Amino acid sequence: MTAKRLVVLSAGLSVPSSTRLLADRLTEAAVRRLGERGDAVEVEVVELRDLAHDVTDHLLTGFAPEPLAAVQRLVTSADGLVAVTPIFSASYSGLFKSFLDVLEPTALAGTPVLVGATGGTARHSLALEHAVRPLFSYLRAVVVPTAVFASTDDWGSAEGASGLSARVDRASGELAELVHRHETVREDPFEAVVPFEEQLRRLSGGDR
Amino acid sequence: MQTEFGVFSVGDITMDPTTGRTPTEGERLDAMVRIAKKTEEVGLDVFAAGEHHNPPFVNSSPTTLLAFVAAQTERLQLSTATTLITTNDPVKIAEDYALLQHLSGGRVDLTLGRGNTGPVYPWFGKDIRQGIDLAIENYALLHRLWREEVVDWRGRFRTPLQGFTATPRPLDDVAPFVWHGSIRSPQIAEQAAYYGDGFFANHIFWPPSHTQQMVELYRSRYEHHGHGRADQAIVGLGGQVFLAKNSQDAVRQFRPYFDQAPVYGHGPSLEDFTSQTPLTVGSPQEVIDRTLGFRDYVGHYQRQLFLVDHAGLPLGTVLDQLEMLGEHVVPVLRREFAQGRPEHVPDAPSHASLVAAHRTAAEVAA
Repeated sequence: MTAKRLVVLSAGLSVPSSTRLLADRLTEAAVRRLGERGDAVEVEVVELRDLAHDVTDHLLTGFAPEPLAAVQRLVTSADGLVAVTPIFSASYSGLFKSFLDVLEPTALAGTPVLVGATGGTARHSLALEHAVRPLFSYLRAVVVPTAVFASTDDWGSAEGASGLSARVDRASGELAELVHRHETVREDPFEAVVPFEEQLRRLSGGDR
Repeated sequence: MQTEFGVFSVGDITMDPTTGRTPTEGERLDAMVRIAKKTEEVGLDVFAAGEHHNPPFVNSSPTTLLAFVAAQTERLQLSTATTLITTNDPVKIAEDYALLQHLSGGRVDLTLGRGNTGPVYPWFGKDIRQGIDLAIENYALLHRLWREEVVDWRGRFRTPLQGFTATPRPLDDVAPFVWHGSIRSPQIAEQAAYYGDGFFANHIFWPPSHTQQMVELYRSRYEHHGHGRADQAIVGLGGQVFLAKNSQDAVRQFRPYFDQAPVYGHGPSLEDFTSQTPLTVGSPQEVIDRTLGFRDYVGHYQRQLFLVDHAGLPLGTVLDQLEMLGEHVVPVLRREFAQGRPEHVPDAPSHASLVAAHRTAAEVAA
């Protein structure tokens, strides 16, 4: 049995960051839940901060420098994604969005995604539902029902009191369920070239 | 000629960042003509001009410019980079380029491209979302107009033709050679392969891996469509160079132009971009070494064009670049490219070779 490939995107900017902390908790839980189903898991953690210059270069030149291209290949072939962003000005961070902007539009089609976010107070939590979820829906990813928000309060409260652990557990279970059944199929346009005769026929044919 | 060498100009009007001066449209057009003439003078083979219909570009009519150049040159091959197959009427392309073929004594070929600027399409009554379909249908018509005296036509994108004859007929009844240019669209590599035409890879602003992928697809499909072996397909490459006698001077002189260039300016560093793309800034020997390496990922090929005149580089600098290419670079490349090139790899197509092939085909048929 081949291992499931889980890619973790963390868009936190400081080191250490609460965004990474949340990403790690979600990942540990997801790996555990997949293990319960008998799945081996390979985890790749990507700190988007390390790719900030490459992402900007890609926006400006239209192609990815190799370090970014390597991560794009990872993301495109992942069986599941854990994506966590800090909430800035009522939405995902600019770096998080820019990283997704320079992915191929179909790179995440059908990929199970667990979304998470961090912020100073719980007042920002619905940004996950109003901004992050629609973004991944646009990319035709399959976003699990539970999105996990962690605020400063969550990190400071007693285990179980804020409900963070329960949310992490529920969300990772939902992700594990989807990843368990997921198979990545990506069509390579250079492998599946449409024969020219067919292109011509389609143009001159009846479907006008 | 085994491999042709030359330059291509997109015809951008860009401020010289070192002086703050922007050439007028007239100055830029005059510069393009002088670059073309210099290309011949220093012993290079090809000058290609872009076609654009929006500022900051100046050349909206390649055949007008190229005819003017043809009148002032003797053996320079004239080409385009690119001719817009999507927004031009294929009937007008057939006629304009056949006329230029006559005036230039057969020294013309063309590279077809789609154009990637959305707003340009509706100015010509077209839609960029149909870019690939336009390229396929328009070329299917263009291909026939040059080969059939009387054409009946019905398609999706232009009014039907009944008993139409494009005039003048191509010189010696042989259509100008066509290259199809594309950066990332496999459909265009497939189109070039289907017709047995040439494929031209931009190969300036993108990593070599893009070029390799497209050329590999084109070559294998060329063989699939029965035009010859994969290594006999006709491949052209772009390239971008800036030279000085020594490497440090080249980098120092080019950096201000690089840093503010259209397309990639204000992005990656010169050093990063040089390592990520075919751009070479350095001594003649460095340009030679890098260019010789292109064969490693595309095989033996037929045409190498360099971009030397963009980003606001003044005319004098560009002419100096051409002198260096002609004196120190291209003679070495010609010699080295000939080494180890198998007999069965075709030379760059010319009007004479196309006429000869046409006669042979006619004799076989008779």
